[in-house]
Amino acid sequence: MTQATFSIRRGGRETAELVDYRTDVTEGMVVLDAVHQIQAESAPDLACRWNCKAGKCGSCSAEINGMPKLMCMTRLDTIPLDEPVTIEPMRAFPPVKDLITDVSWNYEVKKRIKKFKPRKPDAEDGTWRMMQEDVDRVQEFRKCIECFLCQDVCHVLRDHEKHAEFIGPRFLVYTAALEMHPLDVENRTQDLKDAHGIGYCNITKCCTKVCPEHITITDNAIIPLKERVVDEHYDPIGKLVKLFRKR
Amino acid sequence: MTDYPTFEHDVIVIGAGGAGLRAAIEASGSGVSVGLICKSLLGKAHTVMAEGGMAAAMGHNDDRDNWKVHFSDTMRGGQYVNNWRMAELHAKEAPDRVRELESWGAVFDRTPDGRINQRNFGGHRYPRLAHVGDRTGLELIRTLQDHGIHQGIEVYMEVTVLSLLKDGDRVVGCLAYEREHGRFRIYKCKALILATGGIGRAYKITSNSWEGTGDGHALAYDAGAELIDMEFIQFHPTGMVWPPSVRGILVTEGVRGEGGILKNSEGKRFMFDDIPDNYKDQTSDTEEEGWRYVTGDKNARRPPELLTRDHVARCIMREVKAGRGSPHGGVYLDIAWIKEKIQNAPEHIKKKLPSMYHQFMQLANLDITTTPMEVGPTTHYVMGGIRVNADTQESSVPGLFAAGECAAGINGANRLGGNSLSDLIVFGKRAGEHAAIFAKENGHGTINNDQIAKAAKAALEPFERDGGENPYTIQHDLQEMMQANVGIVRMQDEMIEALNGLDILRNRAARTFVPGNIDFNPGWHTALDLHNLLIVSEAITRSAIERQESRGGHFREDFPDKDPAFSKFNFAVKKTDTGAMAISKLPIPEMPDYLKEVIAEMG
Repeated sequence: MTQATFSIRRGGRETAELVDYRTDVTEGMVVLDAVHQIQAESAPDLACRWNCKAGKCGSCSAEINGMPKLMCMTRLDTIPLDEPVTIEPMRAFPPVKDLITDVSWNYEVKKRIKKFKPRKPDAEDGTWRMMQEDVDRVQEFRKCIECFLCQDVCHVLRDHEKHAEFIGPRFLVYTAALEMHPLDVENRTQDLKDAHGIGYCNITKCCTKVCPEHITITDNAIIPLKERVVDEHYDPIGKLVKLFRKR
Repeated sequence: MTDYPTFEHDVIVIGAGGAGLRAAIEASGSGVSVGLICKSLLGKAHTVMAEGGMAAAMGHNDDRDNWKVHFSDTMRGGQYVNNWRMAELHAKEAPDRVRELESWGAVFDRTPDGRINQRNFGGHRYPRLAHVGDRTGLELIRTLQDHGIHQGIEVYMEVTVLSLLKDGDRVVGCLAYEREHGRFRIYKCKALILATGGIGRAYKITSNSWEGTGDGHALAYDAGAELIDMEFIQFHPTGMVWPPSVRGILVTEGVRGEGGILKNSEGKRFMFDDIPDNYKDQTSDTEEEGWRYVTGDKNARRPPELLTRDHVARCIMREVKAGRGSPHGGVYLDIAWIKEKIQNAPEHIKKKLPSMYHQFMQLANLDITTTPMEVGPTTHYVMGGIRVNADTQESSVPGLFAAGECAAGINGANRLGGNSLSDLIVFGKRAGEHAAIFAKENGHGTINNDQIAKAAKAALEPFERDGGENPYTIQHDLQEMMQANVGIVRMQDEMIEALNGLDILRNRAARTFVPGNIDFNPGWHTALDLHNLLIVSEAITRSAIERQESRGGHFREDFPDKDPAFSKFNFAVKKTDTGAMAISKLPIPEMPDYLKEVIAEMG
């Protein structure tokens, strides 16, 4: 039986260290299987989140050899096993214990985004009509499983810690899904510009690269939102007037 | 001692999947204060795993559909031991509940004329499942979540409930612990709704997440409520079988709804070999007719792959036992073959079944647009659960309500695919509505400190022992035993053996030891889950022993036929004063004439 070593972050909010565990590796195993095996064999108190184990719930986000991934969808035969595999929690959120982070900020951010507001129903029976081609792009955004890997990898949050001023790629996608919903009549561009800090995104596309649902976050969601903000809030004549007054 | 933090609400909902969220939205909408407790983070509940869709007779794709057809399909699928009133309410109310989701922002796939698109599914006569590709559960939970967060519902995430608290006969709160710091909490309420989902973790091969440990079933049972129909477990016919680490993960019935066929190792479409008599006139005779059905020909009858789940699962077992299985003990599910029928088949498959494509590509290195999948039965759903009043969802214990998978009645002996998501929103709403009414009519009860002290002490025991059993090992042994002895094919001797096995496991579970501290400790959680798993396992086993016939999800090799005598009642288990599990027969009330006429009319 092949074995491999997994170097897993153990510890609480303040201090932690990487601890090595060896366990058997069998065909088709994913990183989450290895973590479960280690829990059952030698570390019952090793904390990690998981639910569906099929890439559908977005609970088991972690950094595997430094790469933000879902543990349940990362096969061991895609990573080198001749050296220890490091498993660490997401870095953009405060650590709680072992692989668990405090992601409550994300839930607070979502509450600040104006909710869905549909137009009046199209038909007398209170229903609407929407064509498939008109909902395709919103359906792409609604595939999001809220794993928060895009938030984790976004340098505005990860390195510059602008959590108070910037809602992050996940919630720009969420806003895009609302703004581009064929039935929605709410306007969120003022919020995007001010409270939600869309200007912080400088389109490095790291979020798109790590998305396990392959949502084209930057091109399809963020850039069109930036364009809306510009369309509504950039006023070239006013700018010119200001410029001349200064002189 | 009871200086634990106390939280007070009019209504407490335990579980934040589709049923819990829908209940919380309804209750808070009627003006009462609502606390929603969930074991994981919000939006991660097992509902996200539902793929195919939610059944509602809206008639968008076939205007012959209506509540009567849906009702009779549900009763037929459940082999007529369903609670007919629940089946009636469900069939009548599901369309409104689905449309309501659209008004809350859900984006279903569309028909060519811009309405909600509906797909074919096993046991449904007409295309009936509102869906979003193969991720309908995610759409449901996200829609409810995003709507619910603006409703003033207080959500308590990563909190596990240990015990319901009673004042006399009535449920007045619960004791829980928050996982982050491992600390106890008291929740006081006027009415409490259980929406905790299923019991799949009692079995080794399951599509359920770690959460499916029968918590609501066990909490209700311990509080004196009745559990009915516990022998009826749904083994979904198509779970992944290879590689071993993904065994049990669900492969949606939508694959068959889109034209996927089942074949054995000889390449034969074996589902044509055994079509039950009561489905003969609804099932196609030829492969050609089956294809016409899945492509929307209203005059064609459905292919046998879309027979009910219980039957398809048994046919797969038969093929495997007869030596005609796939290399890893399943059969083949082939959607790639449709390239013989349509152009751009690979793109079509990826569009219709995106997460299945993704799942097999990533976990099994297999491209479903070119290669058949290996599939076999997996423990998926429990038809049995808390006995409730069909209209109000109140259990036999005052103040205690239940909705969704942990409640029972609507599905009888077998659930039709797609009836679960609609069950969640129909009866979630009803539970929320009636729990709020109960809360308005009744004040808070008195919390009994002795109950709290006792439950808290028992919960901490795994830390206080000087060594003992590893809870993971006990859970593993329980799953192995239930899979082997009370699985898809059941025998008297094996089930008696299982009862003895459960006694041994119960003694072992009383000696668990957990290292580490109480902060977010999964070992501790696993130790606490054992209590619930053992209760549901015993309930399943005892009920399965008593039902000496085969019906729906319950198949007895020693009684392979359906016995009309057993169609007259449901089995119920209840905790006696001594703590033992008692089983009794509950006669099924006679169906009113107007429903009998519906059944007769629909054939």
